[in-house]
Amino acid sequence: MLSKRLKQAGVHLLAIFAGLIMVIPVYLIVVNSFKSKADSSSMSAALPAAWHLENFATVIRVGKLATSFINSVVYATGSTIIGTLFAAMAAFVLSRNRTRFNRFLYFFIILGIALPANYFTLTKVMQITHLINTGVGMIILYAAGQIPFGVFLIYGFLDTIPRELDEAAIIDGCGPFQLFFQIIAPLLMPVLVTAAVLSFLGAWNNFIMPLYYLNKSADWPMTLSVYNFFGRYQQNWNLVSADILMTILPVIVVYFAAQRYILSGMTIGAVKG
Amino acid sequence: MSLRRHYPFYFTLGALVLYLVFMIIPGVSGIAYSFTDWSPYTTKVNFIGLENFKTIFAANQNYLLFIKNTFIFTIVTIVLKTVLGLALALLLTEGVKRMAYFYRMLIYLPVVLPMLAIALIFRSILNPATGFLNTALRGIGLGILAQKWLVDPHIALYSVIGVDTWAGVGYIMVILVAGLQSVPREYYEAAEVDGAGFWAKLVWITLPLMMPAIIIVTVLNLLYALRVFDVVYALTQGGPGYATDVIYTAIFQQFSQGLWGVGTAFSSLLFVFMGVLGYFVIRLMDRGQARE
Repeated sequence: MLSKRLKQAGVHLLAIFAGLIMVIPVYLIVVNSFKSKADSSSMSAALPAAWHLENFATVIRVGKLATSFINSVVYATGSTIIGTLFAAMAAFVLSRNRTRFNRFLYFFIILGIALPANYFTLTKVMQITHLINTGVGMIILYAAGQIPFGVFLIYGFLDTIPRELDEAAIIDGCGPFQLFFQIIAPLLMPVLVTAAVLSFLGAWNNFIMPLYYLNKSADWPMTLSVYNFFGRYQQNWNLVSADILMTILPVIVVYFAAQRYILSGMTIGAVKG
Repeated sequence: MSLRRHYPFYFTLGALVLYLVFMIIPGVSGIAYSFTDWSPYTTKVNFIGLENFKTIFAANQNYLLFIKNTFIFTIVTIVLKTVLGLALALLLTEGVKRMAYFYRMLIYLPVVLPMLAIALIFRSILNPATGFLNTALRGIGLGILAQKWLVDPHIALYSVIGVDTWAGVGYIMVILVAGLQSVPREYYEAAEVDGAGFWAKLVWITLPLMMPAIIIVTVLNLLYALRVFDVVYALTQGGPGYATDVIYTAIFQQFSQGLWGVGTAFSSLLFVFMGVLGYFVIRLMDRGQARE
């Protein structure tokens, strides 16, 4: 009995240690974002001697964070709505009407999960479509990027919704739009939320697309503006920390609110595959 | 009833158009542009045959180094994330009896954070003189382990790998936990009756039955690592020298310098390689589904 308890204590210590290692960097950002410039220079774990709330005001003013924050919200929300809607509609038809051609189309789309971007020719496409250096361009790029995984995730879930439901609705005179939006979409809600949350986080965290395709600082999302802020204020770790904290705070909020959906999406996607 | 009428093809058009225009067309036209000298400065595009590929594979260029760094990054992160992810998964399913959900939540947290923010935080943590890591090591009397993490060209790539593993191990752990939970308990009970210990059960039951999950995490890690950019770019920008430059950081430099011909050829090599890889992964999955 005693050895069992000792063993439990041991494994809990290990688990706490692992958890601490994962949280320490976030903790360092939080405490240092409230310190003075001198105190934050070594990014130590000590609590601030005095709480400098004005760091946040400074960062928002100097780093023009209000604009970037709104940009990030707009890009992530817009691309999530478009991408999830298109992926769901496509997955619905490809899954319900499994002709040889539609099966090919499904595999062709999910091949996109593996395909890397070619940023040179993509530049050309962005120029031709007049989307380069625009916020709309970001929304479209992020939406396109989430299509393959979104179709994969939703296609798998559609098998759990009985076809008899479709048949009943069709006999009652439902057209395709009514059938999809009023009958099927509500039942798809769990997987749609998962797809949407993952898509939102992916767009919010994305750094490479704006780096290539946004030249005006007024269009930058949080990630790119944090990076440029860091370039100018490397010596002010308190301000950099405050800036990073404001970038990761929405992500952490979404994570705690929606972790059930995030974890299920990650495992469904992988285990089903 | 007519399936075509109730499940109309135009429902797929939104997804299909976005996918074709922004992923397939750039990828495939890139293969054609690989044989040209196009650049952002001229409108004239000349066919130059295999010149770009000769440049990439020339001994006096750095492209082979970038490929080598990408492979080291890929192989080491696959091994580290799988081994540590499995260890954590075992700890949280077989080890702790209570609070497993809480620990899992903490360990998964870095996965959802922007890689860019993580890399900037670690630039401070890995600072040789004042960083948290070296300070902590000196504090517990392990000062000899303190390194110039991101500055020493021999260590820098492994430091980047370490940060990337820290950020990604929670993802792998979560998938492996799901895999572990699908192993029937009776197998362990039977083995215990036969006197099997922890390692025997791990080697003879857990690992063989977890193979599908392990293959999946390997594929996921592979697809991520070959395309890695953010963590390297924000931690070292490929430096010191070219010590940590991977394929996608090199491509960004070529993009900025207007070397679009070679850059496209380089991107297209990866596009074809990952396309073939993706094809086999899908074949594998398709067979898995057919068997069900």
